[in-house]
Amino acid sequence: MLSLEGVETFYGPLQVHFGVSLRVEPGEIVCLLGGNASGKSTTMKVILGLVKPRAGRVVFDGRPISGLPTPEIIRRGIGSVPESRRIFPDMTVRENLLMGAYTRRDRDEVRRDYERMLELFPRLRQRLNQRGGVLSGGEQQMLAMARALMGRPKLLCMDEPTMGLSPLFVDRVLELIRRVNQQGVTVFMVEQNANLALQIAHRGYVLQNGHIVLEGAAGELLGSPEVRDAYLGGGDGR
Amino acid sequence: MPDFALRTLGDQLINGLVIGNVYALIAIGLALIFGVANLINFAHGSVYMVGAYVGWVAVMWLGWPLAPTFVAVAVVCAALGVLIERFGLRHLQSQARIAPLLATIGISFALDQLVQIIFSPNPQAFSSPLPATRIALGGVSIGALDLLIAAITFAVAAVLFGFLRFTRLGWALRATAQDREAAQQMGVDVDGINALTFAVASVLGGIGGVMIGMYFTSVYPTMSYGAMLKGFAANLLGGLGSVPGAVVGGLLLGLIETFGVALLGSTYRNLFTFVILIGVLVLRPTGLFGARRALPPEPLTGTFVASSRPVRIPAWLVGAALVAAILLPFIATDPYLLQILTSAWLFGMLALSITLVTGAAGQMSLGQAGFLAIGGYASALLTMRLGLPVEASLLLGAVLAAALGTLLTWPVFRLRSQYVALATLGIGEVINQIILNWEDLTNGPLGLSNIPPLTFLGLPITQNVPIYWAALAVLAIAALFQWRLMQSHLGRTWRAMREDDVAARAFGISLNRYKALAFIASGLVAGLSGAFTAHMYSYINNETFAATTSILGLTMVILGGMGNLAGAVVGAIALTALPEVFRPLADARYLIYGIVLLLLVRFRPQGLLGTV
Amino acid sequence: MGMDGKALLEVRGLRREFGGVVAVDGVDLVAYEGETISVIGPNGAGKTTLFNLISGLDQPDAGEICLDGRPITGLPPEVLAARGLARTFQHGRVFGNLSVLDNVLIGAHTRQSAYRLRAPVVGMAAELLLALIQLPAWRAEQRRLREEALEVLALFGDRLLPRADQPAYSLSYANRRRTEIARALALRPRILLLDEPTAGMNPTETAELLEFIRALKQQGLTILLIEHKLSLVMQLSDRVIVMDDGRKIAEGRPEDVRDDPQVIEAYLGHGRRDPEVTDWKVQSEDRKLH
Repeated sequence: MLSLEGVETFYGPLQVHFGVSLRVEPGEIVCLLGGNASGKSTTMKVILGLVKPRAGRVVFDGRPISGLPTPEIIRRGIGSVPESRRIFPDMTVRENLLMGAYTRRDRDEVRRDYERMLELFPRLRQRLNQRGGVLSGGEQQMLAMARALMGRPKLLCMDEPTMGLSPLFVDRVLELIRRVNQQGVTVFMVEQNANLALQIAHRGYVLQNGHIVLEGAAGELLGSPEVRDAYLGGGDGR
Repeated sequence: MPDFALRTLGDQLINGLVIGNVYALIAIGLALIFGVANLINFAHGSVYMVGAYVGWVAVMWLGWPLAPTFVAVAVVCAALGVLIERFGLRHLQSQARIAPLLATIGISFALDQLVQIIFSPNPQAFSSPLPATRIALGGVSIGALDLLIAAITFAVAAVLFGFLRFTRLGWALRATAQDREAAQQMGVDVDGINALTFAVASVLGGIGGVMIGMYFTSVYPTMSYGAMLKGFAANLLGGLGSVPGAVVGGLLLGLIETFGVALLGSTYRNLFTFVILIGVLVLRPTGLFGARRALPPEPLTGTFVASSRPVRIPAWLVGAALVAAILLPFIATDPYLLQILTSAWLFGMLALSITLVTGAAGQMSLGQAGFLAIGGYASALLTMRLGLPVEASLLLGAVLAAALGTLLTWPVFRLRSQYVALATLGIGEVINQIILNWEDLTNGPLGLSNIPPLTFLGLPITQNVPIYWAALAVLAIAALFQWRLMQSHLGRTWRAMREDDVAARAFGISLNRYKALAFIASGLVAGLSGAFTAHMYSYINNETFAATTSILGLTMVILGGMGNLAGAVVGAIALTALPEVFRPLADARYLIYGIVLLLLVRFRPQGLLGTV
Repeated sequence: MGMDGKALLEVRGLRREFGGVVAVDGVDLVAYEGETISVIGPNGAGKTTLFNLISGLDQPDAGEICLDGRPITGLPPEVLAARGLARTFQHGRVFGNLSVLDNVLIGAHTRQSAYRLRAPVVGMAAELLLALIQLPAWRAEQRRLREEALEVLALFGDRLLPRADQPAYSLSYANRRRTEIARALALRPRILLLDEPTAGMNPTETAELLEFIRALKQQGLTILLIEHKLSLVMQLSDRVIVMDDGRKIAEGRPEDVRDDPQVIEAYLGHGRRDPEVTDWKVQSEDRKLH
């Protein structure tokens, strides 16, 4: 469904990615793991077209999308849950949700999806007319997920979905990711928290200093010493 | 006569509210643009003026009734707004905010001058097609135009509210203003939203222009400048970027201004605007009601400086150029040429002063003409009132300009980037207003005449050629002064502060101190230039050193290369002489300046000789 | 070295909130003279905020900082620099249009005689005159600082010295980081704060910088280091402080910290300790909400 092929990116003189390749198959939950400054979040930006790769390409649904403007990539069926949620702070929860369906014209279907989201995320129903900015971190994360799903994406991209959440909400968000996936949405998530992400993911990749150093089934990676080394032992600079 | 007092009070109230309504319209437009594009749009006043002229053409030339007139204004202004965004600003999005700000200044110069060329600089009478009868209402009289302005403002505000609250595009606009990147990730075409915002804002501005034109029964090209500043003041009062704040701020400003004028006289009208502008920026930058919002953070470097290696100019070339300039009067005796070059030398000093404070120290000053004015008035008054010799008064004038100017600018030191530009513009205007209103000292709008001529060792200098040499000498001294400073640790410190003020602080650089030193040094040079000008012309008034002079000086600096001393002089010669060389263009000089500025910002931000 | 030395930097109960989020939460830290202490932890743990608080770029909501026994809490960075505190920045903040040499000379700003002209107005006037007249003594001082700056550049071998007159924006990323360190050294710091100095460097460059920092350490410089390349941390540090969620969760010798399960968990994430309990929590919350 999604593949990165030999992606290289730079921020000014600083190279972030050194030939990163990865694949996400339909129906999967794939997580991209990595410690500080490994280039995880930039990978997400590359997929969403917010950062243009200098070499390599991104293919979605059989067609290359690298180089397309972000709105066009969204329109092709990628939903984004950005890092630190990025809820529109001065819009109500309802408006935030409907902004997620911005690219859609099928009003009746949008209305139905809207109701479905409120069933899936019951907590949002009580907050419909509150400003997004006053929600707690966990509520914002749910709103961000619901907002992305309102676009009926084929692929849901989540950047650090558990960051800064209390343990209770972390579990709930993971449960929701699993449930959404069971309803047929492919999920690609970037996570620092390897132990959590690998519990719900099918497969995982480990990124270290801009290189994919490890990939495998979630069960193999969970608790493996290599993952631990990738996080803790990055001193050789790779 | 209590009844009379009550009546005027009521009338003033209506007056203030009506004008406040229009200020609110202008401020809403600025707020929308600031919210979506994070840009202080200096071209907004010009769009307002264009709107006024479109309305004037429709009513006075074509005899159209009001409804189609307003439609025409809306269509033309919307198109203008889209053009400005698409071709003037879009490619500058990723740059420091000061770059598009400079571009909007260029656009505003060009638009103002275009209208001036087409319709002449003179005011045109604009009578509204409405009946002139006034309704008396409980001791207050209300005219049909008052009602129309109120009705249109409310209608526009209601439509805008509905648009932002209930339409898909309105939501997209708000989403973009709140979080541009997140909006993109919802599939919003944020460039399109930018253009839409400019269109909407420009329609509001244009409608405001027509209504003010009818209200004051005239339109004129320079109406743009005051309106823009009033829009900013209103916007700041209510909190930058806040639409409801803009409405309240506009009404408040209208009332303050009207009652202030009633109390103190009409020459004080603009003083309130500028005092509010600076006061709010410095004391309460979030506006009266904006407790929650802070000023949006500025990027690391808030100034307009492009990376480049400056062109190295060998000493012999500088020497040769100086000798050539000294010898020129022996070869070319055309008095007109010498006058132009004399003026170029004086502009060169202004450009030097700006290239120090804005180029080297990174403080975007749009109020440098204020330093010229202080220097000019101080030196003139010292010779006229105290009988000081001109040689001494020139120096004292420069010192006073540096001291007073820096003192007035001190409150601005806490601001960054585009807010510095706005605040210094306001300070320049405050200086202008003080000169206008302190009649005992400055003779007010009549100005000072019979200022003693320049002297050298007691001998008056009145001929063209000696004046030319004197100006050249003063320029050379100023350049040497600044070169010396730039070679010292001060130059290094200023430039470090410009490049990254946070890192500079971490290495012991006290920002206030070095900003003050930059303004003092630049004030000395600008003050000297102003003082020289006063004695050379023997007459000055408050318009001798207009705000456009500051911006012209800044354009020269950008043309030459920020912080580049040789560049400042080259820029001054180029922009002073070019319109004269191509005589037919002389009337369109500000059009040229505007276009030059626009092209430089886009294609050669490092200028001709490079950033130092 | 270590505990028997004099406490150079003392931090007690430092706290900083940003709009309800606690970035630094009651952190204590003591650096003895000559020590190298590393601060590690996952992204968002509050390491850089801690550095900003210590160097005066940000003001704490609570807590106390002492340098050399004197309280410095709330003092602005420009004062702290003069007291011998130098730092580098996470993403590198060189002065792009200044030459490499000028960048380093800015590091020596507080060591110029002009810096001592502190009187409000008179001092400023004096500094202006000094810059204008450029007396022989002033020239000699500038020459001396210049030579010193060149010596600092020479510490990096031929990485920076041949580029001394080039503008910093034209440097490679690694050389910009080196310039930043050179600038900090020109301050003649008593304590040096390095914020991820090897970020963006390749293995060779990282190894080179490791040796460089080791040499600084051997000269007795007190160093506070934020770094995510842990092998470098292990080789350099006398002590390691681990932060997570704004709190100090562990402190000790590098090898002890490395094997601390709490530290491993902070890096790799907490996971779910008992799936059954949490499932029950999710369900009970569902019931509450319906």
